[in-house]
Amino acid sequence: MVIDLPFLWAAIIAFAVLAYVVMDGFDLGIGILFPFFPEKRDRDLMMNSVAPVWDGNETWLVLGGGGLLAVFPLAYAIVLPALYMPLIIMLLALIFRGVAFEYRWRTRRAEFLWNHAFAWGSTVAAFCQGIALGALVQGIKVENRAYAGGWWDWLTPFSIATGVALVIGYTLLGATWLAMKTDGPLNERARTIARIAAFGTVGAMGIFSLWTPFTEPLYVERWFNGPTAVFSFLVPVLVLGCLYVILRGLRDGHDWKPFVASLGLFLLGYAGIGISFYPYIVPPSVTIWDAAAPDSSLAFLLAGAVVLVPMILCYTAYSYWVFRGKISEDDGYH
Amino acid sequence: MSLFADAELLARLQFAFTVSFHIIFPAFSIGLASYLAVLEGLWLWKKDKLYLELFDFWKTIFAIAFAMGVVSGIVMSYQFGTNWSVFSDKAGPVIGPLMGYEVLTAFFLEAGFLGVMLFGRTRVGPGLHFFATLMVAVGTLISATWILAVNSWMQTPQGFAINEAGQFIPVDWWAIIFNPSFPYRLAHMVLAAYLTTALVVGAVGAWHLLARHRDPRASKMFSMAMGMVAITAPIQILAGDLHGLNTLEHQPAKVMAMEGHFDSHPNGAPLILFGLPNQEEKRVDYAISIPYLSSLILHHGLTAPVAGLDTIPDDKEPPVAIVFWSFRVMVGLGMLMLALGLYSLYHRYKGTLTTAPWLHRFALAMGPAGFVAVLAGWITTEVGRQPYTIYGHLLTAESRSAIAAPAVATSLIAFIIVYFLVFGAGTFYILRLMKRLPEDPEEELDEGPLRTHALPNPAHPATKGEHDGH
Ligand code: HDD
Ligand code: HEM
Ligand code: HEM
Repeated sequence: MVIDLPFLWAAIIAFAVLAYVVMDGFDLGIGILFPFFPEKRDRDLMMNSVAPVWDGNETWLVLGGGGLLAVFPLAYAIVLPALYMPLIIMLLALIFRGVAFEYRWRTRRAEFLWNHAFAWGSTVAAFCQGIALGALVQGIKVENRAYAGGWWDWLTPFSIATGVALVIGYTLLGATWLAMKTDGPLNERARTIARIAAFGTVGAMGIFSLWTPFTEPLYVERWFNGPTAVFSFLVPVLVLGCLYVILRGLRDGHDWKPFVASLGLFLLGYAGIGISFYPYIVPPSVTIWDAAAPDSSLAFLLAGAVVLVPMILCYTAYSYWVFRGKISEDDGYH
Repeated sequence: MSLFADAELLARLQFAFTVSFHIIFPAFSIGLASYLAVLEGLWLWKKDKLYLELFDFWKTIFAIAFAMGVVSGIVMSYQFGTNWSVFSDKAGPVIGPLMGYEVLTAFFLEAGFLGVMLFGRTRVGPGLHFFATLMVAVGTLISATWILAVNSWMQTPQGFAINEAGQFIPVDWWAIIFNPSFPYRLAHMVLAAYLTTALVVGAVGAWHLLARHRDPRASKMFSMAMGMVAITAPIQILAGDLHGLNTLEHQPAKVMAMEGHFDSHPNGAPLILFGLPNQEEKRVDYAISIPYLSSLILHHGLTAPVAGLDTIPDDKEPPVAIVFWSFRVMVGLGMLMLALGLYSLYHRYKGTLTTAPWLHRFALAMGPAGFVAVLAGWITTEVGRQPYTIYGHLLTAESRSAIAAPAVATSLIAFIIVYFLVFGAGTFYILRLMKRLPEDPEEELDEGPLRTHALPNPAHPATKGEHDGH
C-alpha cells in the first residue's frame, strides 16, 4: 500500500469534526447567549446573523457521523451505543433549535416558546457534545467488536465538567461572532460577555489539561514523553497568546480579531486532544487501522472527497461572503 | 409489560417511527424545490409578477418543510449506529460510502445555497438567485438518488463479498449502486415526490378558488398542479407496475404477501381485491377475487402458474397482513389520483378548470393523498423485506445493538413526544401560511420582494401577516 488510507481518512474526519465544532460552535453560542439579550430586536438580529449559514454548519455534523460509518464503521458501531443517551438528547435538542429558526417568525403569541426552544436546544446540544467528548476521553469498554459497558457509563464528574466547559467555549465563539457582526449596544454587551467567557474558556482548558492524565495512563505517556512532549509545553504559551489577543481586540473594539483568536483557542484544544488520542479512534483499545473499512471503501469515497471537499469549502466561503459585514435590520428574514 | 422488554421490537418501532416522519418532508421538499425553480425560471423568462408572487408564497412554506426535513434527517444518520450497531459494523463498508457521497454531493449543496435562496435576492441579483434555487432543487434530487441506492442495495444486494469479521466488503461499486431494484425505486420515488407536491399545491389552489373565485394566483397554481397530476399519475402507475414485476423476480416472498397468495396456483391465480389475511391459518378470509387476473398481471398469461407462500419457510415470511393492506392503500390512492387527473383534463378541455367546484372539492380532498401513498409504499417495501435487513444475507434480529430495552423504550417515547409536538406545530404554521394569499398583490410588490418579508420594525410591532388564532 503506497498511501495509508486509514490515516488519511482519520485526518479528513478530524477536519470535518473540527469544522463542525468551530462553525456550529458559534451558532450554538448564539442560542446559549439568548437569555442575556431579552429584547426582541436584539434577538432578531442575533438570529438573522446566523440564519443563512446554520444549516451548512450543521451539515459537518452529518459528515462527521456519516463519514465515520463509511470509513470507520467499527468505531461508529461502538461509539454510538456507548454514548446512546447523550447523543439522543443532543439530537432532540438540535431538533428544537433547528426548527426555531423558522417557527420563531411564524407566530407572535408563541414566539416566547420558540425563544426557549432555541436557547435551551442550543445549550443542551452543546452540553451533550461536551459530555460525549468527555466520555470518549475517559475511554470506552470494548469486547468482541462491540460496546461492552452499560447505558450510564458515560455519566461521570469528568464528562459533566467537559460538558460545562464546551458550553462556556461556545459562548465565547458566539459572543465574539456578535462582536464582529453587530454594532451599537448589542455589540457592547457581547464584548462584555466575551471577556468573561474568554477567561472561563481558558480556565476550563487548564482544568481539563490537569485532569485528563488522571483518567487514562495512556495520556501521561503521550504528554510527558517522546516528541509530543514539546507540544505539551508549547500549548499553554499559545493559549495565553490567544487570550491576550482576544482581550485586547475586545477592548480596542476590533471586529474580527477576538473571533479569530477564539477559533485559535479551539484549534489548540483540539490539537491537544488529537495528540492524546492518536492512533486510537476509540480509546483505549481500538486504533484507526482496527476500525477502518476495507481499502476498496476508503479509496472509493476518497476519490470523490478530494474533489468535493474543496468545492464545498469554496461555495461555503461564497455564502459567507454574500452575507458578509455587519448585520442590519433590513437583512431580514420573513 | 412484555413490549418494554423486547428491545428488538422497540428498536424496529423507533426506526420505523423516525424514518416515517422523515420521509414525509423529503416527499414534499423534493417536489416543491423543483416547483420553485420552475416558478422562478418562468418569472425571469416572462417577467410576469404572478410567478414571483407564487414563488414567494411557496418559498416560505418550503423553508419550514425543509427545516423539518433537515432536523429529522440528522436523527436518521445516527439511527443506524445507536440501535443497529451490528448492522452498521457489517454493512458500513458498503452503504457508508454511498451515504458519504450523499452528504458531499447533496446535503452541502442544498445547505450552502439555501441561505442565498431564502435571504439573498437583494444581495446577489436575479441570475445568481435563480442559480441558487436550481442548486437546491438539484441537491434534493441527488440526495434521493444516493439514499435510494442504499435502500435498494439492502433490498437486492449484489457486488459484495463477506470477510472474516462478517463484514460486507465492496467488490464492484457499479453493481452495488446499480443493483436490480434501484432504477425502479428511484423512478417510482421521485415521481411520488412530484405527485405529492402537485396534490398539495392543487389542494391549496382549490381551497382559494372555492373561497374566492377566479383569483389569478390560485387559478395559476391550480392549473399547473392539475397538469402535473394528469401527466405523472399514469406514469407513476406504469412505473409501479414495472417495479412490482422486478420485485417478483428478486423478492418473490414480498409479492406473495402483497397479493395475499398463501397457496401456490399451478394453473392460474386469482387477484384478491380485498380480504382479511390470516397468517396463522395461512389463508385469506372473506376474499373477494377476480379469477386469473393475478396470473395475467404478474406473468402476462391467464393460466400461468403462480407460486405462493407455501414455498417459503415459515420463519422467512414477511408479516402478510401489513404488506397486503399497505399495498392496497397505495394502489387505491394511485387510482384516485389518476381519476383526478382525468377529471381535470375534462374540465380543462371544456375551459372550466377554475370554475368547477366539484373538481375543486375533489382536489382539496386529495391534498394529503400523496403523503399517505408514500408512507403506504414504504411500509410495503420495508415490511415486505422482513425478516431481513439485507435481503437474504442479514436478519433483522441479528442487526441490533446490545442496548438495554429500557434505554430504547425511553428514547422511543422521547422521540414520539418531541416529533408530535415539534412537527405538529410546523404543520400548523404551514397550513396557516397556505390559507393566506397576500391580500393586495400590487401594493406589496411595489416594495420589492424582500421588503415584504423584512424584519418587523420595532416602532410598528404588528408584523405584517400575523393573524394568530385563525
Ligand atoms: C427519497 C428521498 C429521501 C429518503 C428516502 C431519505 N432522505 Fe433524508 N433527505 C432527503 C431525501 C431523502 C432530502 C430531500 O434531501 C432532505 C429533505 C429536506 C432536506 O433538508 O434534505 C433530506 C435531509 C436529510 C438530512 C439532513 C441534511 C442536511 O443537514 O441538510 C439527513 C442527515 C438525512 N436526510 C439522512 C437520511 C437517512 C439516514 C435516510 C435513511 C434512513 C434518509 N435521509 C432517507
Ligand atoms: C424513507 C422512507 C422509509 C420508510 C417510511 C421506512 C419504513 C420502515 C419500516 C416501517 C420498517 C420496519 C419494518 C418492520 O420492522 O417490519 C423499516 C425497517 C428498516 N428500514 Fe426502512 N423505511 C424507509 C427508508 C429506509 C431507507 C432509505 C433505509 C436505508 C438507508 C432504511 C433502512 C431500514 C432498516 C435498516 C430497517 C430494519 C430495521 C427494522 O426492521 O426496523 N429504510 N423501515
Ligand atoms: C397504482 C399504482 C401503483 C403501483 C402498481 C405501485 C407499485 C409499487 C410496488 C410494487 C412497490 C414495492 C416495491 C418493492 O418494494 O419491491 C411500491 C413501493 C412504493 N410506492 Fe408504489 N405503486 C403505485 C402507486 C403509487 C403512488 C400513487 C405513490 C405515491 C404517490 C407510490 C409511492 C410508493 C413509494 C414511496 C414506495 C416505496 C419506495 C419504492 O420501493 O419505490 N406508489 N409501489
